[in-house]
Amino acid sequence: MTAPGIGAEPGAPAESRGRRFARWLYPRRRAQLWLLLAAPLIWIGVVYLGSLLVLLLNAFWAKDAFTGKVTPFDWTLKAFVDIFTKPVYAIVAGRTVLIAVLVTITDAVLAFPIAYYMARIASPRRRGALVVAVLLPLWAAYLVKTFAWRTILQGNGFLSWVLSPFGIPGPGLDELPNAWLVLSYLWLPYMILPIYAGLERIPESLLEASADLGARAGTTFRRVVLPLAFPAVVAGSIFTFSLSLGDYIVPDLVADAKFIGNVIYDNSALGNLPVAAAYSLFPIVIMLVYLIVARRLGAFESL
Amino acid sequence: MTESPFVRVLLRIGTWLVLGFLYLPLVILAVYAFNESRALAWPPPGLTLHWFGEAAANPAVRAAFLNSIIAGSAATAIALVLGTLASLAVQRFSFFGRDTIAFALVLPIALPGVITGIALQTTFKTMGLNFGLMTIIIGHATFCVVIAYNNVVARLRRLPRTPEEASADLGADSWLTFRHITLPGMATALLSGGLLSFALSFDEIIVTLFTAGAGTQTIPIWIFASIQRPTELPVVNVVALVLLLLSVVPVYLAQRIAGETAGITR
Repeated sequence: MTAPGIGAEPGAPAESRGRRFARWLYPRRRAQLWLLLAAPLIWIGVVYLGSLLVLLLNAFWAKDAFTGKVTPFDWTLKAFVDIFTKPVYAIVAGRTVLIAVLVTITDAVLAFPIAYYMARIASPRRRGALVVAVLLPLWAAYLVKTFAWRTILQGNGFLSWVLSPFGIPGPGLDELPNAWLVLSYLWLPYMILPIYAGLERIPESLLEASADLGARAGTTFRRVVLPLAFPAVVAGSIFTFSLSLGDYIVPDLVADAKFIGNVIYDNSALGNLPVAAAYSLFPIVIMLVYLIVARRLGAFESL
Repeated sequence: MTESPFVRVLLRIGTWLVLGFLYLPLVILAVYAFNESRALAWPPPGLTLHWFGEAAANPAVRAAFLNSIIAGSAATAIALVLGTLASLAVQRFSFFGRDTIAFALVLPIALPGVITGIALQTTFKTMGLNFGLMTIIIGHATFCVVIAYNNVVARLRRLPRTPEEASADLGADSWLTFRHITLPGMATALLSGGLLSFALSFDEIIVTLFTAGAGTQTIPIWIFASIQRPTELPVVNVVALVLLLLSVVPVYLAQRIAGETAGITR
């Protein structure tokens, strides 16, 4: 808001301009609201949503055959025809979604035991230490972690050293499963923390009630713990799925594979903006559907 | 529910395996920083401190560090101001379209970064902006706003309203109340939100590759460009280890600031 006007007592000689403005503003809730909202609305509404709109428009604009530049307001569906008729776009999309789903399932399976141990078995002190132990790799730089996996997976790296006594060669840097492995590694903490928080919120009394009613441990887990923890798993999956869906660095650096992001990046670098724009609608639509479903499942309260 | 001893042992083993999985790559990378050879074969033939001096003297590394610090600070400053304004509006007022605004604010991190990247790049190109530090900052601020907003809004939700009302009853105007009551109440949330924003900006590459242009390198862009050049690898190893050690700082501070769980999810 405006400059502070501290100390202007009633009857003080001259009231500062800021103080007068603040007093004028005090009963006017609408004006206060607009003052608060104007800047963030302009940023998110104009800079971000505006950019998304420009991207969307570019998908429907034609490219000049000579200059290679996009001609605004020259409407065409050519980019979409390309995407739907050339099989490579469907293959890349299928590959990306498949890996993103596998990464999400892998992370959920890996995260559950450690999250459960942290939330319900570890002593409070050990629990704190485990939270820090999970946070540290999360905060470590993304490219540093990806680079580490490059050194592990490459021809004469750590993995082939471990495997060499068994006569198995290392995977090298151009296998698609590498992308699954490294993406699962990168996003695992994003799955552990929401599940841990979700499990910790389950009141002990519910579990006792279930046991009192004759349920065995396995039944209680299946019928009480899992349903209550499910929204937290969905919340974690928003991160693992969305981050995998949009990644184009990991597939390039460890798997030499093309994901949706690579196709968008390459097309944009080659000046084929309409195709890049049209293709980026695919992950947008997938994520919007995913978010709507996740919201239905109560995941937003677990974020 | 009491887990059987067998289940407990299984869970403990699972926990240790997952921790091993999380830390093994980091340990290997730390060892490589002292690697005598330029090649990344395992095990390293010998150990040396030679590359640390070389990394410290590397002009590209120093320029990239400086760019990353400027971009992170500027994006964080913008994000804290905008995020605080938005969270005050959403949390302290009820108005038509409030849920829509709350949803739009989360979009920049919910949608894949590649979308934010190409959308901003296309718009900057259309507007004829020069790519550089400025465009990097705009891109980073866009997703950092969400981080600041999330942290502050969570705090405002828990902050009792009564002190604010008391302040108003005692004759303070909106600004005085904000300065002396609301702001101190959310100070630690601002700190952890700022920390998280800065770390996220410092680490970002998916969006940054789209918004940086050819002439400006941040640390992640420098690493990305150097990974594929074998002669640069020893310096990359050292920079990676330094970044690894630096990431301890925000975790330590965040633990100190707000106890166990503040700001853990991005």
